[in-house]
Amino acid sequence: MHAFKYHRAASLSEAATLAGKGEAKLLAGGQSLVQAMKLRLASPSDLVDLGTLKELQGIKSDGRTVTVGAMTRHAEVERSAEVKKAIPALAALAGMIGDRQVRAMGTCGGSIANSDPAADYPAAVLALNATITTNKGRYEADKFFTGLYETALKPGEIITSVSFQVPKRAAYMKFKNPASRFAIVGVFVADFGGSVRVAVTGAGPCVFRQADMEKALAAKFAPESAAGVKQKKEGLNTDLHASAEYRAHLVSVMAKRAVEAALK
Amino acid sequence: MAVKISMQVNGKAVAAEVEDRTLLVTFIREHLRLTGTHVGCDTAQCGACTVDMDGRAVKACALLAMQAEGASITTIEGVAKPDGTLHPMQAAFKENHGLQCGFCTPGMVMNAIDFARSHPNPSEQEIREALEGNLCRCTGYHNIVKSIAAGAKAMAAGK
Repeated sequence: MHAFKYHRAASLSEAATLAGKGEAKLLAGGQSLVQAMKLRLASPSDLVDLGTLKELQGIKSDGRTVTVGAMTRHAEVERSAEVKKAIPALAALAGMIGDRQVRAMGTCGGSIANSDPAADYPAAVLALNATITTNKGRYEADKFFTGLYETALKPGEIITSVSFQVPKRAAYMKFKNPASRFAIVGVFVADFGGSVRVAVTGAGPCVFRQADMEKALAAKFAPESAAGVKQKKEGLNTDLHASAEYRAHLVSVMAKRAVEAALK
Repeated sequence: MAVKISMQVNGKAVAAEVEDRTLLVTFIREHLRLTGTHVGCDTAQCGACTVDMDGRAVKACALLAMQAEGASITTIEGVAKPDGTLHPMQAAFKENHGLQCGFCTPGMVMNAIDFARSHPNPSEQEIREALEGNLCRCTGYHNIVKSIAAGAKAMAAGK
């Protein structure tokens, strides 16, 4: 990888100052960024490590929301008794990310800020209508993910926590690439009693909501409601793993399985 | 550009001056000359570089050395007793023919030890899921799974 200057932030405000420098990047768990730097897909001038900022770690639950600190590792969310009780689908999703070594380092905030088109967390953020809190303000999930590896975050802006709304029932199903464990298609279905949110990851350039499926499921929360909605293939990804047509098909299949799982 | 780094490795305090971009696995292999930690894919997929950092198995090729500043690291060289008695997980790999060429073995053992701490009596399914991040190009998974089942039980019995 190209040379850079490493900084360990002692406080959030110091991190924000350092992150505003030149071509600086923030380092969370590094499970995507370090690899990207090794491949020279990213070449920051400065790297600001958030690893020691305790205020960005931890999980809180108040019955209506579950708030996950930005630097909370996937393994912590996967094993958290509070998350398992309030939103079991979120704990399950965290346990499906990468492998156990990656989950020991990777973070919620890092995954969301990276907005990888095949990442799992963005589906939970969107389906659970999460609020993303940063050092500068708050974002609604619907306004946060803006494109391929793009978010509404401004340069130097740091995610501090993510608050997920507790649904009546929810489930996440993914058809994963067996080598990378990334989602070829992942669908998160969340029923809030009256309204339903369906988020799709892996299929398009960025996580998105499936409005037709949401309507069908709000009318009747049943597997056949999801299976009956056909996703259009236009705009979906085609790569060596799957064609756009196949991904479109998988959206209905994964949504149907997610509803089945949510009803169990 | 260089930075000062210090950590515990296999119970010993180590300190050095390294380039900011030094990976943890590079620090372990090239600075400390502990070459039991292997580099297989160098893309965080194969798990041959797995070491224990503060009680959790991590991939040393996916971490900067500076991310381990102040941490306590255990490598495969640090799991046997000083008198050479193998760790129960190492002994289980030996007894169950859990290695063929041996290249992936250090990473397998390091991940298995961490896994076994929270799974004293794991099912085959749990073991296979825990091995998602460790690849064996000899494809000797069957005996690796048997080894980890036996090693986990031996670790629990030895507590």
